Amino acid sequence: MRELEYPFDSETILKKSKKIRRELLNQSAGTSLLIKKIAVLGGSTTHDIVRILELFLLNEGIQAEFYQSEYGQYWQDAMFDNPELIAFVPDIIFIHTTCRNISVWPSFSDSAETVDELIRKQADHFTVMWDRLRELCHCPVIQNNFDYPFYRLMGNREASDIHGRNYYVNRLNLLFAQYAQEHQDFYIHDINYLSAAYGLERWSAPSYWHMYKYALNMQAIPEFAFNLSHIIKSLFGKNKKALVLDLDNTLWGGVVGDDGPEQLEIGSETSMGQVYAEIQAYLRAHKEMGILLNVSSKNEPENALAGLKHPDGILKPEDFVLIKANWEAKSRNLLEIAKELEILPEALVFVDDNPAEQEIVRQQVKGAAVPEIGAPERTIQILDRNGYFEVTSLSEEDGSRNAMYQANIARKQQEIHYGDYREYLLSLEMTGTIKAFEPLYMARIAQLTNKSNQFNLTTKRFTQSEIEQTAADRNYITLCGRLADRFGDNGVVSVVIGRIEEAVLHLELWLMSCRVLKRDMEYAMMDRVAEECRKRDIAVIRGYYYPTAKNAMVKEFYDLQGFEKIKEDEKGNTVWEYLIPEPYDKKNQVITLKNYGFKGEQP
Amino acid sequence: MNREAIFDRLNIIFRDIFDDESITVTDKTTADDIEEWDSLEHINLINAIEHEMGMKFTMGQVVSMKNVGEMVDVIAASIG
Repeated sequence: MRELEYPFDSETILKKSKKIRRELLNQSAGTSLLIKKIAVLGGSTTHDIVRILELFLLNEGIQAEFYQSEYGQYWQDAMFDNPELIAFVPDIIFIHTTCRNISVWPSFSDSAETVDELIRKQADHFTVMWDRLRELCHCPVIQNNFDYPFYRLMGNREASDIHGRNYYVNRLNLLFAQYAQEHQDFYIHDINYLSAAYGLERWSAPSYWHMYKYALNMQAIPEFAFNLSHIIKSLFGKNKKALVLDLDNTLWGGVVGDDGPEQLEIGSETSMGQVYAEIQAYLRAHKEMGILLNVSSKNEPENALAGLKHPDGILKPEDFVLIKANWEAKSRNLLEIAKELEILPEALVFVDDNPAEQEIVRQQVKGAAVPEIGAPERTIQILDRNGYFEVTSLSEEDGSRNAMYQANIARKQQEIHYGDYREYLLSLEMTGTIKAFEPLYMARIAQLTNKSNQFNLTTKRFTQSEIEQTAADRNYITLCGRLADRFGDNGVVSVVIGRIEEAVLHLELWLMSCRVLKRDMEYAMMDRVAEECRKRDIAVIRGYYYPTAKNAMVKEFYDLQGFEKIKEDEKGNTVWEYLIPEPYDKKNQVITLKNYGFKGEQP
Repeated sequence: MNREAIFDRLNIIFRDIFDDESITVTDKTTADDIEEWDSLEHINLINAIEHEMGMKFTMGQVVSMKNVGEMVDVIAASIG
């Protein structure tokens, strides 16, 4: 919804929140919303934060149910027996504290050691609470760091003196960051940045604190809730995955087809050229985070390439997975890009300076993000504040994702040359590794369970801590599969979790990344599942398929694997059964398995 | 702006905040008359009125206003 995209009008959101909520719910009628439970533990009033956060989450397809602690009871709620919170079973806990919750500040007579001790105590107050919540609820915890107080006793020296409050806040924030670095599923909501970006003077409204115990100004709440919603939607797999960029007057000043590449404004020669160079550098950095870069430009292909080869340009043709330079409607190009990348159109962000192009994409490509960019000097800010690609986990693979997709496109071109599909698959020289979950892959596995929508039988989402618990549980068989071929390594692409109950394996999760569709990886996984079962004297496997708006492609998956359908309800949920035959004939004939099993174990 | 004009604008704000087109406020209207007008919605309301009218209530005024009539008096005095 346009009202909820940056830059938005906070006053309208605050005033019309009830109407906006009603409209969001109407819009989403018939589509499946992700239902999530969020516990908000507050050190100040949280009512309006929850009211507005709900809107931003609905806009991302997440319907949140909230638990709120009694006013100011965040610590008590966590530290003392609280059956209500436990019974709520939160999917996420958010702790809303601010500098108003810092209980003791240094006084001028304190020695350096005393100040150190104060900081340690203040940080401990929080770390014991986080430890306990993690143990109690096994779910991600989001914690505000601290904003600066609204006054400065010593003036500028507050930032450098050991007694200074700003210095104290900075040190505490570093300790919070350190905890985040050392613990999985713990995330800092950076209100220190947010309050600065918003303007500290407007952010802290003493009247709101003294009258209503609001730690920040009411008008700042939409920005606060928006920023917080980025972390939450990212954790629930709602991040965007790819950028589709226009060229003329978006990546450089001028029109390459009319002006010629030498006339374009890009690089350090002119101030406009510098603005565009900064935009290109900003976009190129997204590649390192694993965001797929693509072009959709109304240009002759040779002109588009000539522009991208400009010596002062930072983005080069090889930085892009797909370059669509043609005269088709851009909406059509976007849909094709989504199809070729095998991602959903709603995972695209379209960046184009032309409002008419923005509009056609907005209308025709449902769910794609279309920021209202115009003046180039505002482009970075608008993209950045919208939080399309909020990073909550960085896996090793992210940096090479563009290369993997480029390899995929190359593979498809190769496919065209082969008449016989099996021959083509063999020509890929695929090697797979299938193993139980290992510590190195936990982040990637959790990421996959939250991102995969299409080839996903149950669409069950897991946090990293849940993945770790499952891996350690002897009642589960967990498998993750990696696939490489002569074009490159696809990394971990398939995950299976089965629960053992009375000699039957129940497949609670079976997913595969769409980038390895039709490569027979699913058969290699099946072979391994069957083998792990036999090792444990399990003869029966049950598979479950729960339909969603996106996973129709695997409706008959278990049928293909040789299962028999034993149950189907009116919603289309199906249960399948497979009796492992003796002997079992391997289904996969095209992938060579390497590093078989665990540490030196023989096949 | 006369009191009548202020009432007209307040009605629009009240209808937005409580998402109820049937609301019409008078001098005597208090929080008891509008079901959803609790202490938390009150904050939202005050904020919206301040923004709409381009003025700020002082803390003293916020805690002492007894009904919409008194609120209108404060607004009228503040924006002249």
